[in-house]
Amino acid sequence: MTSQVSSPAEQADETVVGEQRKEPGAKDVRRLDRVIIRFAGDSGDGMQLTGDRFTSETASFGNDLSTLPNFPAEIRAPAGTLPGVSSFQLHFADHDILTPGDAPNVLVAMNPAALKANIADLPRGAEIIVNTDEFTKRAMQKVGYAASPLEDGSLDGYSLHPVPLTTLTVEALKDFDLSRKEAERSKNMFALGLLSWMYHRPTEGTEKFLRTKFAKKPEIAEANLAAYRAGWNFGETTEDFAVSYEIAPATKAFPVGTYRNISGNLALSYGLVTASRQADLPLFLGSYPITPASDILHELSKHKNFGVRTFQAEDEIAGIGAALGAAFGGSLAVTTTSGPGVALKSETIGLAVSLELPLLVIDIQRGGPSTGLPTKTEQADLLQAMFGRNGEAPVPIVAPCTPADCFDAALEAARIALTYRTPVMLLSDGYLANGSEPWRIPELDELPDLTVQFAQGPNHTLDDGTEVFWPYKRDPQTLARPWAVPGTPGLEHRIGGIEKEDGTGNISYAPANHDFMVRTRQAKIDGIDVPDLEVDDPHEARTLVLGWGSTYGPITAAVRRLRTAGESIAQAHLRHLNPFPRNLGAVLKAYDKVVIPEMNLGQLALLVRAKYLVDAHSYNQVNGMPFKAEQLATALKEAIDG
Amino acid sequence: MAETSTEGTGTIEALSLVPKAEGRQSMKDFKSDQEVRWCPGCGDYAILAAVQGFMPELGLAKENIVFVSGIGCSSRFPYYMNTYGMHSIHGRAPAIATGLAASRRDLSVWVVTGDGDALSIGGNHLIHALRRNVNLKILLFNNRIYGLTKGQYSPTSEVGKITKSTPMGSLDAPFNPVSLAIGAEASFVARTVDSDRKHLTSVLRAAAAHSGTALIEIYQNCNIFNDGAFEVLKDNQQAEEAVIRLEHGQPIRFGADLSKGVVRDAATGDLKVVPATPSNEAEILVHDAHSASPTTAFALSRLADPDTLHHTPIGVFRSVDRPVYDTQLSDQLDTAIEQNGKGDLGALLAGGDTWTVVG
Repeated sequence: MTSQVSSPAEQADETVVGEQRKEPGAKDVRRLDRVIIRFAGDSGDGMQLTGDRFTSETASFGNDLSTLPNFPAEIRAPAGTLPGVSSFQLHFADHDILTPGDAPNVLVAMNPAALKANIADLPRGAEIIVNTDEFTKRAMQKVGYAASPLEDGSLDGYSLHPVPLTTLTVEALKDFDLSRKEAERSKNMFALGLLSWMYHRPTEGTEKFLRTKFAKKPEIAEANLAAYRAGWNFGETTEDFAVSYEIAPATKAFPVGTYRNISGNLALSYGLVTASRQADLPLFLGSYPITPASDILHELSKHKNFGVRTFQAEDEIAGIGAALGAAFGGSLAVTTTSGPGVALKSETIGLAVSLELPLLVIDIQRGGPSTGLPTKTEQADLLQAMFGRNGEAPVPIVAPCTPADCFDAALEAARIALTYRTPVMLLSDGYLANGSEPWRIPELDELPDLTVQFAQGPNHTLDDGTEVFWPYKRDPQTLARPWAVPGTPGLEHRIGGIEKEDGTGNISYAPANHDFMVRTRQAKIDGIDVPDLEVDDPHEARTLVLGWGSTYGPITAAVRRLRTAGESIAQAHLRHLNPFPRNLGAVLKAYDKVVIPEMNLGQLALLVRAKYLVDAHSYNQVNGMPFKAEQLATALKEAIDG
Repeated sequence: MAETSTEGTGTIEALSLVPKAEGRQSMKDFKSDQEVRWCPGCGDYAILAAVQGFMPELGLAKENIVFVSGIGCSSRFPYYMNTYGMHSIHGRAPAIATGLAASRRDLSVWVVTGDGDALSIGGNHLIHALRRNVNLKILLFNNRIYGLTKGQYSPTSEVGKITKSTPMGSLDAPFNPVSLAIGAEASFVARTVDSDRKHLTSVLRAAAAHSGTALIEIYQNCNIFNDGAFEVLKDNQQAEEAVIRLEHGQPIRFGADLSKGVVRDAATGDLKVVPATPSNEAEILVHDAHSASPTTAFALSRLADPDTLHHTPIGVFRSVDRPVYDTQLSDQLDTAIEQNGKGDLGALLAGGDTWTVVG
């Protein structure tokens, strides 16, 4: 995550235009402090790849950035239709930024559907690059354009660049032995080349990427490179693009260090591999493919040389079951899923609570209920994570707040699971999973020590002096029970989901014992050591905005805007949802008003109100998209004034 | 193919990674201190005794043996074994055991389950464990009834069964667990009977020697809710006609004086029971448990009448060598290290495209 220092530049959506300079004979070059670009096209047009490449170029240039991929659940939705539009938004700047941006300054629309689906998000004056080749009568009719929007004056308020992208691409590739259809497929690289010229992006990374991606098809690699360069050259030579832009590296926004761009799911995967190394335990992932969590299974399956075992199970239940079996055997065990999968795993999470074994349950939340919106974001699984099991089955919950923070959240979830011998829920979401931002690569020696001690021998002396092993005799500090793995002589024991007698772990139906065990399991979770909540409150505000999870970026951006406008507002963000930080009650009571923005109907607010009797106000959005900073700033201003 | 051995585990390839016991073991070593709480007269007692009696023969360090069970009467089994054990949740034992076996090849992992646990709520996990061929030994106690929930019909109950939940008779056709297992690509499938300790032990021995998933269906009497369900296979006189004992390499003959035999029907290719005569001796099928094709084993599993249990084969139906999941998973880890070197965390985190911010 980038630093929290307020920046006036985050306050408005208008692009800030800096000095102009012009070299003799060259085109104008303008300096901007930030830009928001949205690439939009059919779901088969390669917009996600185009966005990814532009992001990589931007990252290697040293800008701060934040991305928002947005695509339909269908792999190839009907071509040319509004539901089939796939887009990728990238916000990059010479200072630290927090969100993918509210409104694009530049839209690249590969077809009429992409224009129609996105035009409402563009402020007047924004630049629109359209692929005119796709604006045929039929394609326009398909999305309800009676007349061509390129000619009927409806885009007069914008800076329109009509470019025959397909024709130019095919022309550029005429010397290749490719069919027209094959050549057309490189049009996204032409667009990427054009945009790369417009924003002075370095090209080496993309060239290397294309050569590697198509290493087995050199002809295709060369064709894509040719299209990419043709796009660049087109920008440089055509008169339609009179100006290019520079956005300086965000050198001051970042602490000293080595950086890379990283998405949430990749950061989470690396966090798990790292936790395994720091714990000196083999990593075992039991998982069933589900959007938007599958990328973690894909990534971890590449790292078998780290001793990582990935098991693609027959269903969600077997995924967590196998993980729990591996945990019993002494692995750092993980299962990854999304909300519907958590529902299926609930019974096994309950068993893990009863067995008191370490287990990470990673929920990449998506829109619900049921199948819901598989590719869209939401944070409506909080109460499921908190309460979605039979009986009193408390489970710690941690939530990352930015894509890069998924790395640290994974390590923290592993710390809690290993220290307290408990399943832990990690609540990421679709926005964090697929979004990306710069990440300062940690030095290995700054990583936390997660080593654990397996039980090695008897831990209890009976009245008659016999030394025995009691599987449920607890550590007095953490209340964790010993982790005795099969293969350890003398510690043979049986555990199960039936209530166990305190200490011995033998089956017990005794009423007083059950009451004691229920309270003890709760006390163990309640007693987990979590850091106090930090409050950012430079002006002794009367209103506090409290968030959790992926709303961190938009909330922080909104708070910056308000403060720049002279308002006082305090901000705090929860990493731990269960248990809450010890000081949360005191923090909440110190403010006249508490506002909780959530991408659900008020789940954290419900917990906070119930636990602390605080009249917290909810501000909710459940449209599958992250909050926009401007919208949040308006809502928070109303709360301050109200 | 690992041969069956009675001389300790020295020659059993399937258990080669499991540490051996230091001293001689006895049945007593495998009895836990927990009071056994099945109903008096339950067939589970006989199975428990047979397993506890067989374990010393393997000579494995008992801390490297794990019993995992689901839910049901049979699933209390792990509490009574002085090994590591987990009594898990309904139907999920094969999944949990898969994770354990796939991550710990130095363990001998056994699953104890019942007809409801394995074939109803846990049917999915059972078939996938079988096709995956993880190194698990699955003991399926089949009593053709739900015992722990007090007497509802199970997925192996005969059609028309009158139970608490089916007062007018059950409607659904039962599973034949052996047929199901063979259809699910199982590499080892056997059937035995709770009361025949010698036969039960011989099947356990063969299963233990098998590399991969072994499914053993054990006909088990529930004397409370389905008493006498397998009486026809146990009563000396009736059993002679009802039971077909399968032995690899031996002609499939049974009945008084081995007067009956199993032959292939030339017209249909199916199997049928005929009187054995000197003239048809050459036509009597010789049992080949190691046959690459599962076809004949499947046909054998269909010989029994599901209602009367006449012509019920017991013994090892199928035992073939097939790649073992956990072995191959482990091999992939080794290959990954050979190809890419042991994981270098610093290099992984840094990735390819980085930039440096200096002060």
